[in-house]
Amino acid sequence: MSEKILLEMKNITKEFPGVKALDDVNFKVKEGSIHALVGENGAGKSTLMNVLSGIYPYGTYTGDIVYDGEVCRFSKIRDSEAKGIVIIHQELALVPDMTIGENMFLGNERGKSYAIDWTTTYTEADKYLRIVGLSESSHTLIRDIGVGKQQLVEIAKALSKHARLLILDEPTSSLNESDSQALLDLLIRLKGEGLTSIIISHKLNEVSYVADDITVVRDGQTIETLVKGVDDFSEDRIIKGMVGREIADRFPKRHGVEIGDTAMEVKDWTVYHPVYPDKKVVDNVNFYVRKGEVLGISGLMGAGRTELAMSIFGRSYGSSISGQVFLNGKEVKMTNSKSAIKQGLAYVTEDRKGNGLILSNTIRENTTLANLEGVSTAGVIDFDKEYAVAEEYREKLRTKTPSVEQLVGNLSGGNQQKVLLAKWMFAGPDVLILDEPTRGIDVGAKYEIYNIINTLVADGKSVIMISSELPEVLGMSDRIYVMNEGRFVAEFAGSEATQEGIMAAILKTSND
Amino acid sequence: MKKNSKLLGFIQKYTMIIALVLVVVIFSITTDGKLLFAQNINNLISQNAYVFVLATGMLLCILTGGNIDLSVGSVLCFCGAVGGTLLSKNTPIILAVLAMLGIGLAIGAWQAFWIAYVRVPPFITTLSGMLVFRGLANVVLDAKSVRVSNEVYLKIFGGGAECFILKGEAAKTLCLVVGVAAIVVFVGATLLSRINRAKKGYTVEKFVPYIIKTVAISAVIAFFAYKLSQFKGLPTVLIWIGLVVGTYSYITSKTTIGRHFYAVGGNEKAAKLSGINTNRVYFLAYTSMGMLAALSAMLVVARMASATPQAGESYEMDAIGSCFIGGASAYGGIGTVPGVIIGALLMGVINMGMSIMGVDMNYQKVVKGLVLLAAVIFDVATKKKNS
Repeated sequence: MSEKILLEMKNITKEFPGVKALDDVNFKVKEGSIHALVGENGAGKSTLMNVLSGIYPYGTYTGDIVYDGEVCRFSKIRDSEAKGIVIIHQELALVPDMTIGENMFLGNERGKSYAIDWTTTYTEADKYLRIVGLSESSHTLIRDIGVGKQQLVEIAKALSKHARLLILDEPTSSLNESDSQALLDLLIRLKGEGLTSIIISHKLNEVSYVADDITVVRDGQTIETLVKGVDDFSEDRIIKGMVGREIADRFPKRHGVEIGDTAMEVKDWTVYHPVYPDKKVVDNVNFYVRKGEVLGISGLMGAGRTELAMSIFGRSYGSSISGQVFLNGKEVKMTNSKSAIKQGLAYVTEDRKGNGLILSNTIRENTTLANLEGVSTAGVIDFDKEYAVAEEYREKLRTKTPSVEQLVGNLSGGNQQKVLLAKWMFAGPDVLILDEPTRGIDVGAKYEIYNIINTLVADGKSVIMISSELPEVLGMSDRIYVMNEGRFVAEFAGSEATQEGIMAAILKTSND
Repeated sequence: MKKNSKLLGFIQKYTMIIALVLVVVIFSITTDGKLLFAQNINNLISQNAYVFVLATGMLLCILTGGNIDLSVGSVLCFCGAVGGTLLSKNTPIILAVLAMLGIGLAIGAWQAFWIAYVRVPPFITTLSGMLVFRGLANVVLDAKSVRVSNEVYLKIFGGGAECFILKGEAAKTLCLVVGVAAIVVFVGATLLSRINRAKKGYTVEKFVPYIIKTVAISAVIAFFAYKLSQFKGLPTVLIWIGLVVGTYSYITSKTTIGRHFYAVGGNEKAAKLSGINTNRVYFLAYTSMGMLAALSAMLVVARMASATPQAGESYEMDAIGSCFIGGASAYGGIGTVPGVIIGALLMGVINMGMSIMGVDMNYQKVVKGLVLLAAVIFDVATKKKNS
């Protein structure tokens, strides 16, 4: 590997009103390497990349960007792209109803502005698709391919702009394990062909797998750079850099929590797809959860876990649902989410912004939304009581906010997750289904969420935790079910489960 | 720096109130003070009664997600046509009124059904209603106006010469008494809730702003009461406005149903998963709009002492405009009844000021259109800066 430095960011300082987002950051990337940027949410990783790509134009920050030996002053994204610096954001920027080819050259059309050359467009698009290992035709609509493939299209799009330095912001956050693996391997392959990449990621196992160098950012400063083969690349070592201290145990222990009788049992649960009524999404699933138990449901994305949870929770998903649900031994029928809440069920969604919270409302209003009856008499809300409830949960869950009158949209991801939990805790459920409870939040906040889960089961509640992160499932669960292609394919006691065991169960039962 | 941002925050919070005050001051100057003549204050209320009522109902529709009801003008015309025809044939008032209200509710429920349960987009549903009920109104009226001369009806719904509560000196005294009573109730209620909150250890608004706010609102009430007493006392139409505005502002701010409107507009999926019957929220919004269109029809028929085939034309735009000027979000989930009333007042004052100045009707439209755009631009710009 050449030791030539492709990019150097020197003494970068960027201030927002009242906050120093970046404080004298120095950052070097070697040509032909994969450089990972890690840090907690809000540490400044994205800000740094926005400075680099010209989203924050020259003049709004201080310091120098030296790229390929010359000092660069980008005033817009186009400038950095002209130099071959291409950024792929976490939220994919593809138009679902356009073809892959149209998307790939959007804003960069082949031919003339008044006459697009479609032949060139699609031929070139096909060429770049092959490079990233996709066999789809470039005439395929984006909405017809999965998220994993969409992410690869984004990379193909970047390559079509003659990228020399590719920046990927959380590229695998919405991908399942096998798609993630494919993406990382592609990056390694492209590295062999001379492409330099910067990857921002929360998934430390992936980072240590793919990266040549790891730079840790904390509180707007670059703390350290670890080099492969020289420094310790273990997850614990990286976490230590990120949080500035050792986290002795990433998963807090539960002491003396007694696991009691069965709280909920689901029998022969089958659900069909709401749009394609022939497609079975959940296939004859049977399971139970006890009082005081944390039940993990592991599996790949698209295994049907969210669909299972939502269909149980008042038939909020799916069609032709069949099967029985028993709560405390009695069969119950839940026809909508309201009746599910009344029966003592809560579903904490994986998509807190899309399905969970009302970002334009205050913490107070969000906290009581699922149980407004709890703070009102005869349909009239008692504001003092509502305020008191919101305050109580703010203290209990240690939500960081100046006041419960803050809009939820202004909170960080971890604190939003706490508000979402507060809402469902106030609804007073016996069984909580937590769907990806720690997605997209940083290490410190994750630990606090785990503590909240432990308090819940200590109170005799049952927690069903759906998670794609294997260490989390293993670290937190008393018992684990593995779900694959709509079916439950294995069950483990928490103490006996291993990553290998779970993955083997999934692979053994996969059809292709 | 800090003081600056405090000032900015103040301006942002009270933008429309500041704008209203400015507009009043400017027009007072350009009309040599005629704007604030007692009779004009009275007209401001009577002429815009329908706007207050329609805009309040429209807020609920807009709250559900920026959805509007285009049919209100036509529904108003149709209800008025039926009511006017009945009254002109000497039908008892109570029957005519019930017929209008019933028709309004039925039309509201009809449109609400398609919107809420079949999920036909509100724009399309109400565009259809706009055509259908304008057409039906013309059929009922045979494209001719119908005179309404029932004195009692006119008086109750704020039309004719004697549409005031009591007569002569008694009316003026009553007006002042009501004004004083309103101030006492207002000050008493806010003070009581303040003491209550302080007692329970909750944070209360700082003392000085609280005093300023209370004094300002009391002064406005006192001003209106005084001016109205200088004319002929309280117009009966004020009762209807008060009833609608009071009820709806209570529902939206204090009840669980009201909270559901904001939740659906803020994030419908989250609301649904939180156990809220989102279909019912849509249904209620559009049914209530139909009912309020009927009430407005009563007020408009009384004010014009006739039912005409052109009645209610472009009224939907007045209502929608008031909502957006009054701070309702075009994406739903944000907006208050008091805000909407301020928006309606702002439009009303601009209308009246320009009319007194003798500005051409067409230019008035230009100005109103630009004010609407400016208000929303300001709203969007300040939101962008905050995020």
